[in-house]
Amino acid sequence: MDTGPSVAAARGAVAVGGRRRPERLPGEARRIGYLYIAPAFLLYAAFNLVPLVQGVNVSLYDWDGITPGTFVGLSNYTEFFSDPAIRSGYVHVLELMVFYAFLPIVLGLLLAAVLSRIRIRGLTFFRLLLFLPLVITDVVTAVSWTWVYDPEGPLNTLLRAVGLGHLIPSQGWLGDFNTALPAVGVFGLWGGFGFALILFIAGVAKIPASLYEAARVDGANAVREFFAVTLPGLRYELQVVLVLSVIGTLDTFDEIFVLTNGGPGTATTVPAYLVWRRGFQSGEVGSAAALGLTLMLIIFAVTFTINRLMERGADT
Amino acid sequence: VNTTSRTQVALNYALVILCCAIAVYPLVGIVLASLYPSGPANSPSGFELPPSFAWHNYVTAWQQGGFAESFSTSIIVAVVMVPASVLLSILGGYAFATMRFRGSTVLFYLFILGLIIPTEATIVPLYYDVRALGLLDTYWALILLEVSGEVAFGIFWMRAAFRSAPTSLLEAARMDGASSWKTLWRIMVPFAKPAIFTLTVLTFADSWNEFFLALVFTVNRTTAPAGLASFSGRYTTNIALVSAAAVIVALPILIVFIFFQREFMRGMLTGAVKG
Repeated sequence: MDTGPSVAAARGAVAVGGRRRPERLPGEARRIGYLYIAPAFLLYAAFNLVPLVQGVNVSLYDWDGITPGTFVGLSNYTEFFSDPAIRSGYVHVLELMVFYAFLPIVLGLLLAAVLSRIRIRGLTFFRLLLFLPLVITDVVTAVSWTWVYDPEGPLNTLLRAVGLGHLIPSQGWLGDFNTALPAVGVFGLWGGFGFALILFIAGVAKIPASLYEAARVDGANAVREFFAVTLPGLRYELQVVLVLSVIGTLDTFDEIFVLTNGGPGTATTVPAYLVWRRGFQSGEVGSAAALGLTLMLIIFAVTFTINRLMERGADT
Repeated sequence: VNTTSRTQVALNYALVILCCAIAVYPLVGIVLASLYPSGPANSPSGFELPPSFAWHNYVTAWQQGGFAESFSTSIIVAVVMVPASVLLSILGGYAFATMRFRGSTVLFYLFILGLIIPTEATIVPLYYDVRALGLLDTYWALILLEVSGEVAFGIFWMRAAFRSAPTSLLEAARMDGASSWKTLWRIMVPFAKPAIFTLTVLTFADSWNEFFLALVFTVNRTTAPAGLASFSGRYTTNIALVSAAAVIVALPILIVFIFFQREFMRGMLTGAVKG
């Protein structure tokens, strides 16, 4: 749900792990360093690290937020395996990943490969336009997509115009049990595609032309060239986009809140939405705390795994 | 130039333009939709100009959506939060970049951890903490939480900026016997000005776009995006008004983006492009 630009940049940096730049000599030995760090650290600890510990405690209780809670041990965590709402939340997130992570990467790679063969003039301007969905806050873009999916909105107008009006679900795209989740997914694809493409184009530009020439001398066709030169050259950008988009999918909240409110039924309920719902609406506070912490652990594990896999891929 | 490459050039431009059109269409579309005569009877299809330009929608949306209140919250929060966050990041980043002290690596990684801890992991206990402090529905709740969330990135960012300073700069200051405080403000800050500026722009964008914290912690003192979310929930059938409200909320960031595109691009792509 942290969708601000700096979060994107920061997570991108985490994906990189700073391993490209060799460590410089450590600075001067100075105890005064603690003083410089103290204000930021105290605030950061008070509102990030302390609640994390408190959350562990809360998660061990069955608590409605008002009356005294009952200690239930780990049962809020074992719910993860038994509660169908939680399971379907994660299934939805996995389905969304196809749209939020897989498709932007595949389409972005294809397009970057095609575009790499010719210099595009006015790229700065095009890049600006592609960046817009990222810069404008999710709430605004989700509101605009509510309208795109409106019964009389642009999507249906277009479908009717080309004679595909019969495809339109009677409850609307966001109200139909089968189409609501993919409709949210298409929104995510729209929002994530530009970032992937911009990164990949920038990455392709950094691949030495000599590698392409060598491939052509060897008689490589476009497909071979893609797998032998372009894809390995973009490994690093790929890692960044993968980490960013997968974490971004896991903590999707804003667009769910605006587009579908988790519905119809629970068709678009995701883990972050469950945390909010249980923590602040339905008085299942202990369960919400456990869900939030579980989500964090999953995000850590996924980030770690992607980085390990990508780095191992680099060594071979 | 032979014909195949000409076709390819044309194809490439067509692809780029198509992608941009898709990226921009929903945003241009709501600007059009916002100018339709408001009311449930009118459904802007998005492919034609409105019959008449209903500029008045903007006034109506501004008033009925209570945007005077939510804009002033967003502005007040940003005015306090952005300088505070940037200042704390400069101080922390400076220490991590130029000083050596016991536990500095561990402390730095604790901050880095903050970059991937999702808000969901802390939001539930945070609510009760903020309530215990008597700060529910106040500017301070948003300011404190936003700063505490932003310093992780800020310190990471400023540390990298200060580390890129040539060692000779620092050494010259040390030779002169300048204190660390003087060195920071007389030498390092001027050197890192572009990075500080980028950080300021990004921090402002984050603050302006804050939605989830406002949703959880505020009722009356809500931010512009949260105000939009509740407005669109109440006026689902009035597309023109909701669209006007969306344009109103997007406008400040759009203006900042147009003026400071370089900073945005650099900030958002740095983690990725530079490495």
